[in-house]
Amino acid sequence: METQVDAIEKKQEGTKVKKMLFILSKATIENVYAAFVMANGARMEGIDSEIFFTFFGLEAIQKKKLEHLKVATVGNPAMHIPTMIGGLPGMEAFATKMMKKEMEKLDMPPVGEFIEILSDSGCKLWACKLAVDMFHLKEEDLIDELDGILTIGDFYNRANEDGTQILFI
Amino acid sequence: MKKVLANREIDVNEEGYLVDFKQWDREICECIADECNIVMTEKHWEVIEYIHEKHKNEEPLSIRGIKKSGVINIKEFYNLFPGGPLKKATLIAGIPKPKSCI
Repeated sequence: METQVDAIEKKQEGTKVKKMLFILSKATIENVYAAFVMANGARMEGIDSEIFFTFFGLEAIQKKKLEHLKVATVGNPAMHIPTMIGGLPGMEAFATKMMKKEMEKLDMPPVGEFIEILSDSGCKLWACKLAVDMFHLKEEDLIDELDGILTIGDFYNRANEDGTQILFI
Repeated sequence: MKKVLANREIDVNEEGYLVDFKQWDREICECIADECNIVMTEKHWEVIEYIHEKHKNEEPLSIRGIKKSGVINIKEFYNLFPGGPLKKATLIAGIPKPKSCI
């Protein structure tokens, strides 16, 4: 009897992962959702999570751009479209529309709503200072939910805890 | 698996979730909440009721659904059920753990 209870308690303790730090460097829909689903999933499991938006990943947190992200139809073998066709005008928009339709069926929120959910869930959202400077962005160009603009050094310091993992997407 | 809660033998799965909802009542609920270091308040009961309603109607639970629920917002939900809100809330509500990734 006791061993059963022990087994249940052990299972409830879950994983040794205590904190997940994601670095998002691309703003195609597939990459952004990968980061968002994993960061949200971590919070749902009681794991701390944070996302560092760098380079083109910054597009996912720019007010004017975040609802216009596209799926990559060129150089993406998983699309199963020949590269030449993937590059035709309208292909990107078409594939994006199809993918968004499928995501809606699974009750996946649009990017802006997903950002609200992440922020409310306690997931920290950081912009990379170097990338912000490089693209000449101002704080008002970025989402209201942003927790701040950090250097990569600041970000590494946030990983200084047992059970922390950093994932580059 | 069997587990003793409130002097009763309850059937649970390996993660501690109730297997038979008929065995659930408020007393059992408070025992499970206590194991999660949660003291049930009026707001907790409201959320449990919402979760039962969704479960009864076979509607999947998601964090997005919580946002739209009108019962509670996401921040409060995380505060009420620390350590994974849907995981903990369904455990306490005596229903299976949600299978969705979002």
